[in-house]
Amino acid sequence: MRATGLAGVAMALALVGCAESGARPQSAGDNDASGRKVAAEKQRAPGLNKGYSHDPFPSTYRAYPGVPTLVRNVTIYDGEGGRIENGQVLFADGKVVAVGQNVDAPAGTTVIDGAGKWVTPGIIDIHSHLGDYPTPSVQAHSDGNEATDPVTADVWAEHSVWPQDPGFGKALANGGVTTLQILPGSANLFGGRSVVLKNVYARTMQGMKFPGAPYGLKMACGENPKRVYGGKNRKPSTRMGNVAVDRATWAKAAKYRQDWDAYETNGGKAPDRDIAMDTLRGVLSGEIRVQNHCYRADEMAIVMDMAKEFGYRVTAFHHAVEAYKIGDLLKANDTCAAVWADWYGFKMESYDGIGENLALLHKAGACAMIHSDDENGIQRLNQEVAKALASGRRAGIDVPDAEAWEWLSYGPAKALGIAERTGSLKPGKMADVVLWNGDPFSVYTRPEKVWVDGALLYDALDPKRRPISDFELGQPGRDPRMTGEVK
Amino acid sequence: MKALLLAAAAFVAAPAAAQTVAITGGTVALGDGSQPIPNGTVVFAGGRIVAAGAGVAVPAGATVVDARGKWVTPGLVTGPNDLGLLDADGVEESNDLSARTSPFNAGIDVAAAINPDSIAIGNERLGGVTRALVAPGAAGSIFAGQGAVIDLGADPDPVTRARAFQYVELGEAGGRIAGGSRPAAYAALRDALAQARDYRRDPAAFDGRSRDALVKRADVQGLLDVLDGKTPLLVHVERASDIRAVLALPRTYPGMKLVLVGATEAWMVAPEIAAARVPVIAAALADLPASFEQVAATESNVGRLTRAGVVTAISTIGANDAPGEHIIKQYAGNLVAIAKVPGSVGLDWGQAFAAITSRPAEVLGMGGEIGSLRPGRRADVVVWSGDPLELASAPQAIWIDGRAQPTQSRQTRLRDRYLTPGEAALPKAYSY
Repeated sequence: MRATGLAGVAMALALVGCAESGARPQSAGDNDASGRKVAAEKQRAPGLNKGYSHDPFPSTYRAYPGVPTLVRNVTIYDGEGGRIENGQVLFADGKVVAVGQNVDAPAGTTVIDGAGKWVTPGIIDIHSHLGDYPTPSVQAHSDGNEATDPVTADVWAEHSVWPQDPGFGKALANGGVTTLQILPGSANLFGGRSVVLKNVYARTMQGMKFPGAPYGLKMACGENPKRVYGGKNRKPSTRMGNVAVDRATWAKAAKYRQDWDAYETNGGKAPDRDIAMDTLRGVLSGEIRVQNHCYRADEMAIVMDMAKEFGYRVTAFHHAVEAYKIGDLLKANDTCAAVWADWYGFKMESYDGIGENLALLHKAGACAMIHSDDENGIQRLNQEVAKALASGRRAGIDVPDAEAWEWLSYGPAKALGIAERTGSLKPGKMADVVLWNGDPFSVYTRPEKVWVDGALLYDALDPKRRPISDFELGQPGRDPRMTGEVK
Repeated sequence: MKALLLAAAAFVAAPAAAQTVAITGGTVALGDGSQPIPNGTVVFAGGRIVAAGAGVAVPAGATVVDARGKWVTPGLVTGPNDLGLLDADGVEESNDLSARTSPFNAGIDVAAAINPDSIAIGNERLGGVTRALVAPGAAGSIFAGQGAVIDLGADPDPVTRARAFQYVELGEAGGRIAGGSRPAAYAALRDALAQARDYRRDPAAFDGRSRDALVKRADVQGLLDVLDGKTPLLVHVERASDIRAVLALPRTYPGMKLVLVGATEAWMVAPEIAAARVPVIAAALADLPASFEQVAATESNVGRLTRAGVVTAISTIGANDAPGEHIIKQYAGNLVAIAKVPGSVGLDWGQAFAAITSRPAEVLGMGGEIGSLRPGRRADVVVWSGDPLELASAPQAIWIDGRAQPTQSRQTRLRDRYLTPGEAALPKAYSY
């Protein structure tokens, strides 16, 4: 099998006739359609950011049809700190129409009475590996870390996403998660590009892709890269090695950006195309957001200075277990922290984790939010916030419930660059809505209905409105037709 | 700091915990599966529960603690876990969980290695956890060794019961350790137990000290205790078919006392497990097909097992590697929550709370000793700010063996240091 595969590759290389240049990608501007070198004469400038496609795997997501719906008699957290008692939410054509205590609904609107229940924006998880580390977690599914080089800015998480991961359905039904960012893992300093998905099953990754959401670049500092590569007797094996490789890479990226900006503006010979550098150029030009795995406060401070040195900004530190020690610094740098509620102590750099992290960040005026990084935790992010909220209150930091919902939807939406379109219940935004069967900060509460773009995609009261992925179909305990027991 | 020292002084000065304490006016949950009792009283003396419930008289001379508006319960019992065996899972130097290259297996005994000063013990105590089932991890053999039941008290004597159970891997992990297959794991199990019997028949003829001996003399007693049922055998299996195979073991080894651990697909075999009277320590909320031995994972597992009459405790097994054992109460609360979701089977409040207090104790035959507020049990008592399963509730006072516990941990010390941002007149290092 292996021999056949290798022979096939060799034949393919021979056929395209580019064996002499190896596998290095060539820029579109260098070659004509048949792959021949184009003469280096002066060419017309394509225009800034037009030298190559920035969206070669475009979203094909389409909202599913919904019906105009009014949910009334509910407590509403609008996602931007607002709380409405006995409120009403109207959405139609996939968009929020109105939110308030009295909303006029046109005739024919489906009316849901939610006495004793809550309505919130759908939860957004800024840190997930659903799809690139899907269940079952067998080796064949281990697609989140291209741990063969500390700098793999060329890989894109979306090329690993398996849209049949059973975890998407659980995140929807148990967690009320409607949008999520899938990141590469943290083995590498530059882990690769992230992708933002709507939590709607599709046959393809493109079918789940959040239309127009900016890309992210996953970076990592601390123990993981130095352990993975130090363990292979390679650089980096220390924290200083981490930063050294980071800086060398950014210096190269600055040159790449300069070359491509010059070419796209002035024309001439197109620079060599480098897929990794495309992504870093995207960061330096503000098109791609840096999502940086980092635990320790002192390391975050170093990374923020490094970002200034090369002219980019860290959008969010992820995990950020020690962020509470530098809330002021994060605020001054306009950098967010995406954290757990009370996960701590599993490695040296998480030893100082405390349950008040979120609340202390909030008190310092820093941008903060919850995240999961876990296929189980993503099913209970509302509960994670409830714990963080309670820890804060015990420490004298009293954040109102409605304000805390920002940690679950509006905060992550802003950090993902999609807050104009989702993350809060404002008219004109995507109708990504959860009806909870009680106070969502109570352990006894679960989603009753979840709408994505106004389409009802989970309903606890309707056994047919529960997704079952291809993997689950026909499996005992997962497919109700196989066992008579609903999962 | 002063408060911590005073609290420390208090329990050092009262070694016998002889003092009688009466906690009055709170909502009392006994932990035995019954529903909470409003306005109850809990009395303990000499480190043991005297009485708990409604209409309990306060003995003359008792120290009275007013718990009006609060909940009073037994402390949480969690496990199997690694509390006291390591300082951080990823820090290999301090990690005593498993021993891949050790020649020993079933004879390994964690009791001597438990460090009661480990930071995780202090942190988790403040989360309401008062006892833990500490298990070694299997690495070089399917037999991990003998686990201990410990208390999380701030004292130098953590072990409640050493060699409280033997731990064995018989699913995917067991197959991997045994050389690559489940049949190999069963071969290893049968061979080890046969060798233990050989030793019993003729100790002098038993090898057990040569380099090639698969079972060492040091392991034999651990295996004999399993054969005799003196030590329960905690078997980690997930798949329904693996559970059936384990349930068949007592036909060959009639004295063996089994406990299933993990048991994600146990709901498919619930009637057989109930008939065999085998208790379960289940992964509480596992609902994803994390592996091919957990394809039928469902949050309803624990509810269905309980409904079938299986004594079922819940654990954090398979959830994550963090030491946050206090989250077990959140898991229990979720099992109450799903009772409202059509198609799901959950637990009522009393059952859910029992699953994290008395059931883990009963699984090991220690229900008479820990895990509830019934008379005679060790006085592990927690006063909570509210319903202990709720996310906002936290312990406000904790006694272990009747001794008042500190109200601070390293986590509260870090919190207090960073409550005010930035440096002051001196660096943060001078703020304590």
